[in-house]
Amino acid sequence: MKNRWAYLLPVILFLGLLGFFTRGLFLDPRAIPSVMIDKPAPQMDLAALPGRGDTGLKTEHLKGQVSLVNIFGSWCVSCVAEHPYLMKIKAQKIVPIMGIDWRDDPVQGALWLQKNGDPYDRVGVDPAPGHASVDFGVTGAPESFIVDKEGRIRYKHVGIIDDRVWSEILLPIIRELQK
Amino acid sequence: MITEAGHFALALALFVALAQAGLGLYGAQRGDKGLMAAASGAGVALLLLVGVAFAALTHAYVISDFSLVNVASNSHSAKPMLYKISGVWGNHEGSLLLWLTILALFGGVVAIFGKGLPPSLKARVVGVQGLVAGAFAAFILFTSNPFARIARPPMDGNGLNPLLQDPGLAFHPPFLYLGYVGFSIAFSFAIAALIEGKVDAAWARWVRPWTLAAWVFLTLGIALGSWWAYYELGWGGWWYWDPVENASFMPWLAGTALLHSALVVEKRDALKSWTILLSILTFSLSLLGTFLVRSGVITSVHSFASDPGRGLFILAMLAAVVGGSLMLYAIRAPGLKSGGLFQPISREGGLLFNNLIMSTAAGSVLLGTLYPLFVDALGGGKVSVGPPFFNSVFVPLMVPLIVSMAIGPMLTWKRGDLWTVLKRLKFVFAAALVFAGIVWLLAGGKMGDLAAAGGMALAAWLLLGSLWELGERALLFKAPWAEALVRVRQIPLAAWGMTLAHGGLALAILGVVGSSSWVEERIQNMKIGETVRLHDVDVLLESVEEVPGPNYGALKGTFLLSRDGKELLRLSPERRQYQTPPRPTSETAIHSTWLGDYYTVISEPAPGGSYVTRFYWQPLIPWLWAGALVMALGGLVSLLDRRHRVGVPVGRRTK
Repeated sequence: MKNRWAYLLPVILFLGLLGFFTRGLFLDPRAIPSVMIDKPAPQMDLAALPGRGDTGLKTEHLKGQVSLVNIFGSWCVSCVAEHPYLMKIKAQKIVPIMGIDWRDDPVQGALWLQKNGDPYDRVGVDPAPGHASVDFGVTGAPESFIVDKEGRIRYKHVGIIDDRVWSEILLPIIRELQK
Repeated sequence: MITEAGHFALALALFVALAQAGLGLYGAQRGDKGLMAAASGAGVALLLLVGVAFAALTHAYVISDFSLVNVASNSHSAKPMLYKISGVWGNHEGSLLLWLTILALFGGVVAIFGKGLPPSLKARVVGVQGLVAGAFAAFILFTSNPFARIARPPMDGNGLNPLLQDPGLAFHPPFLYLGYVGFSIAFSFAIAALIEGKVDAAWARWVRPWTLAAWVFLTLGIALGSWWAYYELGWGGWWYWDPVENASFMPWLAGTALLHSALVVEKRDALKSWTILLSILTFSLSLLGTFLVRSGVITSVHSFASDPGRGLFILAMLAAVVGGSLMLYAIRAPGLKSGGLFQPISREGGLLFNNLIMSTAAGSVLLGTLYPLFVDALGGGKVSVGPPFFNSVFVPLMVPLIVSMAIGPMLTWKRGDLWTVLKRLKFVFAAALVFAGIVWLLAGGKMGDLAAAGGMALAAWLLLGSLWELGERALLFKAPWAEALVRVRQIPLAAWGMTLAHGGLALAILGVVGSSSWVEERIQNMKIGETVRLHDVDVLLESVEEVPGPNYGALKGTFLLSRDGKELLRLSPERRQYQTPPRPTSETAIHSTWLGDYYTVISEPAPGGSYVTRFYWQPLIPWLWAGALVMALGGLVSLLDRRHRVGVPVGRRTK
């Protein structure tokens, strides 16, 4: 038959697809590499939230101890889900949590913390467009960074911190860095 | 103990499935009647074993046996019974077991009731079913065992995602799987036919009812899922072109094409090798859907198993099943004798046109779904393909399809006359234009609404055209009433089925066009006593109260809807905060009318004693679900046609 080869077309296309699948299987669809990993946290000087009684968040505050930097916002729906877990981490007093209220109105941010509880040691506001945080490697909220004693960013977690993320990923890294 | 029995039955099922495959395929090759009969026996045994395994898992969920990892991580003792049971398939392991159960069910039905089939064809079909079932049983046992125990059982479980605790979603997966897996029968028949080297009208008569049944289930499954997204996610949307939705939509498109091309094989002995290919592709897309959803290759809000180990297994299975069958196709299909010839303008031509568009649509959805993967695999970073792509591809494909759907059924087989048919449809054409014009004027007559009016015209064209075709069959308005009535009685159920299915699509189009063109949205902070205008009603926030539920606490708002000062009704949406796992959900409150839905949502309290509320006016959207139901009904009616009974299980009515 003259067009015998045409019948091979489906299987050839499928094999091509299979190649992509095999490759795709070893890519993490959620992993967004942070270019900032293992680099010193960039210079920033963020204003304080009204009524909170701290002086905002500066790069210097990230030195001297291991800290967890958490990006949130009163507009961020997933942050509401994450929040109770941050309160738990705070209660364990393992690591200071530094908050960056990202692309947010300071008043809204302060009200949000009043309502949901305040797990942060320090909070800095980075109002829209939120360039300071983008320099930090932030792509969305919630996100969390582990910063070591020298003020270098060592790990980035995209999305909500829950029991599994905390005990299987973040806590071991923090413990290691705290040694 | 019961759990161990289920586990054991599942392990045994793997070997029985492999035996079924070996006996069926080898027996048919040898022409050995004993071996072939044994294959059918194995099919029945497989059904019993898998049934026992599924029952055992369900039992563990019902009694909340938290010594099972699967139950502990997905169930909770305080959950209502319905969701304890639906929790069985609300997770990766359990849903795969459901897959296998349905696969065994269909294989068993062919084994038990397929007496009218040529023995070798039946043995091969049962054998291929066994092969697929064996692969799935191995996948479950080796990578996703639902019967795994924990050494120290927890006091209580983690609970089911509260979004999934909903009647719509409780029944969504079983329907979807009945559809997906139903296509496995068409697949097995295609493979068997390729091995035998023979495809004829009898073959198509066997395949069609199975495909039709699977299509009905898949239609209902997709509609249920979409309806759930509409009322449960609380954003007024009903289709997000999410990879998981696409995973169910692609087999539906391919399956719809298959239904129509199998018709040509049955009636005209043409399009054989294409129909075989479609059978393979439809089931492959079902498997691919499982792969995409289960392996975590593509990020999606729905995916609940992201694990390369499992992904690799599914990939290997996909390579074997799809790659193997396409290879077989490449070798054997050129040898299939092609049958009847036809002109481009003919019933066959119309059906082929449907096939081209449906497969192009399925291909575009596949491309859009996989595009992010392609780019990522080639090192291009993360991209996402959203509704704009799908809408801009879909609309131009669907317009000619819908236009042709009213014309095609009126063309004669082999060679049709397009001009005569168009003349017969002139009243329909005029009526569709008038209808669209009226709707356009009622909606305000804006230039921007012309495209939407075009959509309305298409829907009316298809609906009226389908009815017109039925009317012509009965010589309605031409013959005397008595004669027309007799003729109506003589119209075969299959024709009623077609009219219903096509008309159902027309109704669904009304909903799609209406809701996407004229939706009205109001998002605001509201205090008790405040009123917001939505479309033609005033919505007053009367009260907000806290109400406890069985496993959640809720904030319940009561809205009073009134028109021109006259009270219409009250709607009470809730915002629920579940304890296990801690997640908020929105319970929308919707009032449906013939013209559209009033849709209300209440969100979290805002500072200052106000509440965030969202209201939508969704014009014509009830017709979307009604249309999907009518389509499924059409499939069902067509399935009841006496001429199809050759293919369905030898049952009550056959002599």
